[in-house]
Amino acid sequence: MYASSMADSPWINPDHLVVAHRLKMWYPVQSGLFSKTRYVKAVDDVSISIGKGETVAVIGESGSGKSSLGRTLLRLYKLNGGSLIFDGKDITKASESSIAWFRRRAQMIFQDPFSAINPFHNIKFILEEPLIIHGVGGSAAEREEMVIRTLNEMKMNPPEDYLFKYPHMLSGGQRQRIAIGRAVILRPDFIVADEPVSMLDASVRVEILTLLKEIQQKMNIAFLYITHDISTAKYFSDRIAILYAGKLAEIGPYRSVIKDPAHPYTQALIEAIPDPDPSNRFKDRKIVGGDPPNLINPPRGCRIYPRGAGSIPGVHLQWIYAEGKNRPWWRSRTAYTLLVGCT
Amino acid sequence: MIGMPLLEVDNLKLYYSTSKGVVKAVDGVSFDLDEGETLALVGESGCGKSTIAKALIRLWERNVSMVSGEVRFEGRDVLHIDAEEFRTQYRWKKIAWVPQASMNSLNPVLTIGEQMIEPLLIHHGADKDKAMMQAMDMLEAVGLPRDTVRRYPHQLSGGMKQRVAIAMALILMPRLVILDEPTSALDVITQANIMNLLKRLRREFKLTYIFITHDLALASELADAVAVMYAGKMVEIGSAEDMYTSPKHPYTIGLMGSVPTLRGEKKLTFMPGEVPSLINPPTGCRFYPRCPYFASKDELKGICDRDEPPPIDVEHKGSRRHLVSCWLYK
Repeated sequence: MYASSMADSPWINPDHLVVAHRLKMWYPVQSGLFSKTRYVKAVDDVSISIGKGETVAVIGESGSGKSSLGRTLLRLYKLNGGSLIFDGKDITKASESSIAWFRRRAQMIFQDPFSAINPFHNIKFILEEPLIIHGVGGSAAEREEMVIRTLNEMKMNPPEDYLFKYPHMLSGGQRQRIAIGRAVILRPDFIVADEPVSMLDASVRVEILTLLKEIQQKMNIAFLYITHDISTAKYFSDRIAILYAGKLAEIGPYRSVIKDPAHPYTQALIEAIPDPDPSNRFKDRKIVGGDPPNLINPPRGCRIYPRGAGSIPGVHLQWIYAEGKNRPWWRSRTAYTLLVGCT
Repeated sequence: MIGMPLLEVDNLKLYYSTSKGVVKAVDGVSFDLDEGETLALVGESGCGKSTIAKALIRLWERNVSMVSGEVRFEGRDVLHIDAEEFRTQYRWKKIAWVPQASMNSLNPVLTIGEQMIEPLLIHHGADKDKAMMQAMDMLEAVGLPRDTVRRYPHQLSGGMKQRVAIAMALILMPRLVILDEPTSALDVITQANIMNLLKRLRREFKLTYIFITHDLALASELADAVAVMYAGKMVEIGSAEDMYTSPKHPYTIGLMGSVPTLRGEKKLTFMPGEVPSLINPPTGCRFYPRCPYFASKDELKGICDRDEPPPIDVEHKGSRRHLVSCWLYK
């Protein structure tokens, strides 16, 4: 039913669980009482779709709009344009009271495990609260059973030890497990994980990523994994979307984007990341300088050209598709890498 | 002077007193560093790596209850000399520090130039115009336009502010620069730019760095030598070649296994368990409760959990000794 109108963004699949078509989310900025409202175009014409049980990583620098995109997909922000379809139902303009079902099926994991959970509540209540809000689990005993099951799934053993603890008694990694548990206890279909491991130490980071992957496979949850770190995305994602200054720069299967990045910005992003190698210290990285553009008055045409990464000033947005060389896309579709605004 | 290291740290200890007890943040750390060499201090949060920096520059918090050991800089113990002498002769002049998140500690009501020339006026007694010229030269050296001296911090981006912080550390031409997570709040591309800058400055000014980071991949961008810290102890130190290609300490091996790589294929591993409390650290080796070798080898029982492992020389290919504090290599 939506397929025809989405022909302009062929990389999205209208049958996917989450379909966002030409999504726009602008923050209004009022500089003076009578001055015209201007907008920070945090998400500007982004189309993306996520299949059931699929993980899409969204990579971008700070201010690229990756968190805004995640929150917009959960409809935590009002859209300024485009449409949002979840499981075949259009929720673009649906009232908050009419999408309680969506709230239950779509959850979020936040970056900072120290501020995402309420310090005044014990672990049992923190995990039980979503059940109470959504009226899941008839009796208190049933809910407690679900809480214990979730603690088990989060590998917090034995669960009874944790039920009456408070967040301050837990380490960062354990807190993040609780935050993840709170997101999965309702058995959602879709989770937006906003930098879930960036505040954690290297070893704990791997532990949490492994846990997320396990949960995703076991419960068949679609993930939007927001991160600035391409190298962790590798261990968790099927597809990868590169965001730059509110625009989608490149999207494709993880391996083909990393092995063969088409967009100059993706190339720069990959070049910027060191692998542990003692010979790194003898060579400089070939990196463009400069900073991302101001999103109130973004440059016309390709938004990366002011940083001189290879594209031509004044070229209007163009959609170019690089046909993948028969690389399997997720669930065996022909792969392609999408390029936006680069000739 | 030939053959003598620029910096020798010998059995450095720094304890904090807190309401819960004494925190042994740095507990007997020794290493040396040659002129022009870069040492990366790597470890997870709370392992004491930043505390070492504070001890070297003698700027520690008020709740420090004990500092002991020796820090010999150019052959002289600077940890116990008169505080005033250290302030006028060493701090900033010879040993500079780029503290963590220093880009956010620029004074918002002073221009960049005004805050940059302060040490020149105080330490060198230079006149203001000359000092300003020197500040401009230094800004140019870190890749910023000369007119940045007239700007205020809020007019600069994060990467530019970090460059200013580096320029401020270098303005008195120190020999040793301590970089504490110099890129932690920056985006990856900005981070790569700063790393390029640090490499260039090291060549131009013949600097010696101590580079503190939690990121082993990033450490390889600068490090000639790598030291790994765990719970206040230095568990392993060696040349970058030895440390990255054949790490010996079980903790270092675990840490290397948890670093994601973008190019190669590698399965990530993690170490179960938590970093111990520094108030009541485990007896013996501080890593034994999480150590996979201790768990699987019966002959280690009664050793690792009782006696502290001394630094042990293991075979090395790189240019410096490879020391491992682990009973496996005795």
